[in-house]
Amino acid sequence: MKTLFFILSLLISISACSLQSSGTLYEKLGEESGISAIVEDLIGLIGEDKQLFHFFAETKVSRFRNKLIEHLCFISDGPCVYTGDNMEDVHTGMHISEADFNRMVELLQQAMTTNQVPLPTQNLLLARLAPMRHQIVHI
Amino acid sequence: MTKYLYLFPLTLLFFSHLCGAANGKLLATPGVSQVEGSAGGGLVPWAQLAGYASEDEIAINGFCSRASVSDYRLDVCGAQLNWHDRIELSYAHQRFDVPALELQIEQNIFAAKIRIYGDLVYSRWPQLSAGIQHKRLQDPLVANLLGARHEQGTDLYLSASKLHLGAAFGYNWLWNLTGRYTQANQLGLLGFGAENKHASLQFETSTAVLLNNHLAFGIEYRQKPDQLGIKEDDWQDIFIAWFPNKTVSFTLAWLDLGSIAGANNQTGWYLSVNGYL
Ligand code: HEM
Repeated sequence: MKTLFFILSLLISISACSLQSSGTLYEKLGEESGISAIVEDLIGLIGEDKQLFHFFAETKVSRFRNKLIEHLCFISDGPCVYTGDNMEDVHTGMHISEADFNRMVELLQQAMTTNQVPLPTQNLLLARLAPMRHQIVHI
Repeated sequence: MTKYLYLFPLTLLFFSHLCGAANGKLLATPGVSQVEGSAGGGLVPWAQLAGYASEDEIAINGFCSRASVSDYRLDVCGAQLNWHDRIELSYAHQRFDVPALELQIEQNIFAAKIRIYGDLVYSRWPQLSAGIQHKRLQDPLVANLLGARHEQGTDLYLSASKLHLGAAFGYNWLWNLTGRYTQANQLGLLGFGAENKHASLQFETSTAVLLNNHLAFGIEYRQKPDQLGIKEDDWQDIFIAWFPNKTVSFTLAWLDLGSIAGANNQTGWYLSVNGYL
């Protein structure tokens, strides 16, 4: 029994190593071109989304695109400096609900899937965005 | 009392027309319905509240499940109301069949759960909920013969659950831990309590990995009290749940329920369908 457990844990650790392909999250997302394509698709999806579009009705899309690309690059350990406003300042007064936030997550997942981002990479990006929720909803 | 039970689903339907379908949670995150009607896995109640309602929505769900093991069968149907992801009210009807004896035992379960803290996905600490399950045995004959002391009982539980994004080699990982204060024998189907026995604390746990946004694969373990003289074992299962969209889910599990009322090695299949509004 003990040897079985040993072999099992060995197998798990080996497969863990092979799955944990090296490189930053930024590289896994396809670097600048990958992130740009994801953001482009996300903007397209927001434009067609009943629940979210109204938030962006007066947004300057070119700035939003650039700042979001920068932001995603920065939080995925890419070689960027985020030059936009901080999350609280940007989203204050929008009254974004928890459901709105989740809707944004769903659109982002869809945009990443369209760009063939593997699921583990998608989840790792979401894991970095999730702790920001409290700076974005209900403020 | 039971005459008016049909009012429950009707009320639910009425509310669902008022409110529209709840949509605010991420796919699969509410989980499914456990055998006593609370949101959870198949056997264990979780801290999540049933259905896709977030803070300003109302969700209404229905489910039916069948557990078929070597010598017995359990059919459960029920419904839940989720108010603003804060309070869950549920009702479940259990029908336990012993084909060899042409015997049936039925039980009604009225339950409530309140979310005390947190959010399964987003809060730093796990989501925490407290629940109560009030059970009324309708056919107490067998329970009485076996020495159970009551025909009704109330379980209290505290549940902690957390989904860790990307934590299992990039896959989302869920765990749950529940402590239940109970004196139910085999869910209450064999009555409540026994001579010289007191209610006790039992632990239940589940863990699952989301293979993708639609598919969860996991295991559960449910500790049970052993009060009647006929041996009651802990329960366990291994399950796969499929969430094609936010209106329906299907769960398939392999159960190992150990010894039930003197019959050993009760293993078999569990199948459950959930509908969410
Ligand atoms: C973790 C999730 C989110 C992140 C990382 C994020 C990030 C950003 C960034 C970097 C900007 C540009 C800031 C700038 O121009 O300086 C921005 C703008 C904006 N965000 Fe978010 N955001 C998130 C969630 C949301 C959600 C859920 C909504 C709405 C439902 C939303 C609505 C907006 C709007 C409307 C703007 C444009 C503001 C303007 O017009 O200037 N964001 N966001």
